[in-house]
Amino acid sequence: MGAYIAKRLLAMIPTLLGVAVLIFLLLRVIPGDVVEARYLAQGSQFQSQELMDQERAKFGLDQPLWKQFADWMGGLARLDFGVSMWTDGPITQEIKLRFALSLQLALMASTIASCLAIPLGILAAVKQDTWVDYAVRVFTIAGLATPSFWLGSLMILAMLVVFKWVPPMVFTPLWVDPWQNLQQLAWPALAVGYRYCAVGTRMMRSTMLEVLREDYIRTARAKGLWAKLILTRHALKNAILPVLTVISTEFAFLLGGLVVTEQVFNLNGLGMLFVEGISHRDYTLIQALVLLVATTFLAVNFLVDIAYAWIDPRIHYR
Amino acid sequence: MAAAPHTVDDLAGADAARSGWLHVVARFVRQRPLGAVGAALIVLICVVGAGAAWIAPYDPLANDYGSMLAAPSAAHWLGTDAFGRDVLSRIIYGARTALTVGVGASCIGATLGSLIGLSSAYFGGRIDLLTQRVMDVFFAFPVIILALAVVAILGTGAGNVILAIATPMVPRCARVVRSSALSVREMPYVDAARASGFGHGRIILRHMLPNVMAPILIMATAFLGEAILLEASLSFLGLGVQEPTAAWGLMLRGAAVEFAETAPWMAIFPGLAISLAVFGFNLFGDSLRDALDPRLRTQ
Repeated sequence: MGAYIAKRLLAMIPTLLGVAVLIFLLLRVIPGDVVEARYLAQGSQFQSQELMDQERAKFGLDQPLWKQFADWMGGLARLDFGVSMWTDGPITQEIKLRFALSLQLALMASTIASCLAIPLGILAAVKQDTWVDYAVRVFTIAGLATPSFWLGSLMILAMLVVFKWVPPMVFTPLWVDPWQNLQQLAWPALAVGYRYCAVGTRMMRSTMLEVLREDYIRTARAKGLWAKLILTRHALKNAILPVLTVISTEFAFLLGGLVVTEQVFNLNGLGMLFVEGISHRDYTLIQALVLLVATTFLAVNFLVDIAYAWIDPRIHYR
Repeated sequence: MAAAPHTVDDLAGADAARSGWLHVVARFVRQRPLGAVGAALIVLICVVGAGAAWIAPYDPLANDYGSMLAAPSAAHWLGTDAFGRDVLSRIIYGARTALTVGVGASCIGATLGSLIGLSSAYFGGRIDLLTQRVMDVFFAFPVIILALAVVAILGTGAGNVILAIATPMVPRCARVVRSSALSVREMPYVDAARASGFGHGRIILRHMLPNVMAPILIMATAFLGEAILLEASLSFLGLGVQEPTAAWGLMLRGAAVEFAETAPWMAIFPGLAISLAVFGFNLFGDSLRDALDPRLRTQ
């Protein structure tokens, strides 16, 4: 097991390196750079060439690409993420609070998604091809089909019209005022969680259907075991692993991928930061952000695999 | 629902030959009512999109400054927007944009993905390993972030949005197709084709591709719904299709947010159109998967 963990951790390095190269190149292919973006924002795009070159030199943008990349990698090796090209603030500082928000939202949404997906999926599998199954599937597929940014605006609109109340628009960290914090984040978490429960429910339903056809379930049934006990003890244990995989993978993407939902709820999370960073051509910020999301994704996948081996004794890793 | 007997004669399509396509449709509706609802929605959207010029009561681009932000009425069934444009007409023309982008992105994504997945499985060895690693890299990006990056490079507009949406779909399709193709590669008929001296391209396209069509079809329908949703998201951010083109995501932006309280029809109906369209494709895709995956059939 130890050797397997080491091997998996090592295997992450080339993938992360690939991610770094890809985002580094993608950013440089985007027309314009931070200097132009700043002058455009100030409304004076006709600056002298020397001034702009001077600015570019400040960010090292005049260096050859390989040198820029090497500098970035060298910084990373010393755990130095550099400063944002747009705000001049350290990147760790820029990301910190937004990361807290995005992480909390992703955790809440994943919890809501699992709480909906597991029972609904079991229900749909047990009652396959009855109206219950259809109702569950319509409910979850509708969730998948509804853009969460639209659902979010409808929720806000409904609260405004019915209760004359809108969720707070300024982010309060959980540790400062939990009540204020939940008032703001509960709604986006609900909108996003409902959407992502569909994937989990579908997976739960199909793995449950498969497991319920196994011989040991038939044996358990034949010896007169309670249906409830068969479901929870025998079937669920074997069917739940892929569901957990799906939900944890989604979690990793929720962290950086809620670009539009954050816009609707006016949340200053990582998604919003990404959009801003792109429009400012803030290379250093976007690079750090993408690497962060990719690392989380790989780490979650890794943890899920380890959990598999731990939960399921049939799996051996070499 | 009665268990569906999958007999030899139904496999051979003798049923269909006996009483024509109506019978096939009736059987599909009976066995997979949800799929039939999805198919009906898809047909509806296609008809509306194709016949937009005849169905739409107004020109979707025509401003009527006399009736701005008008509530739904007999003249404007779903009201008008901040420029006095008819919301219903814009939704009808929006179906065109959604379908174009959805079908375009899904076709490009599925085609490229399938080709990569098939060749990766067929050639195996180092090529396979390398392809897998590259796909892993793409997988580590959230879909919308990859799409946003591509839009930032290519610029906005329908054509670029199609490419932006297709990009994140390629690796996902490639992975699924590869795993199906791995077992197909070991089939005797592939050996036979190789022994007959056929070229690689011919073996991949003529012998392997038809046998992985089921997962490709499932992926493509699932992509379609997702692509429509993604286009709406990009347009909503202002990074997709541009004004004055009629697009559902675009309609939810700007004035729709500003006047949400006084003119909620602007915020409600385009979103409903997106949901219904994606719902139709997902419902159909789900039933298609159930129908094509023998492990999930009712016993």
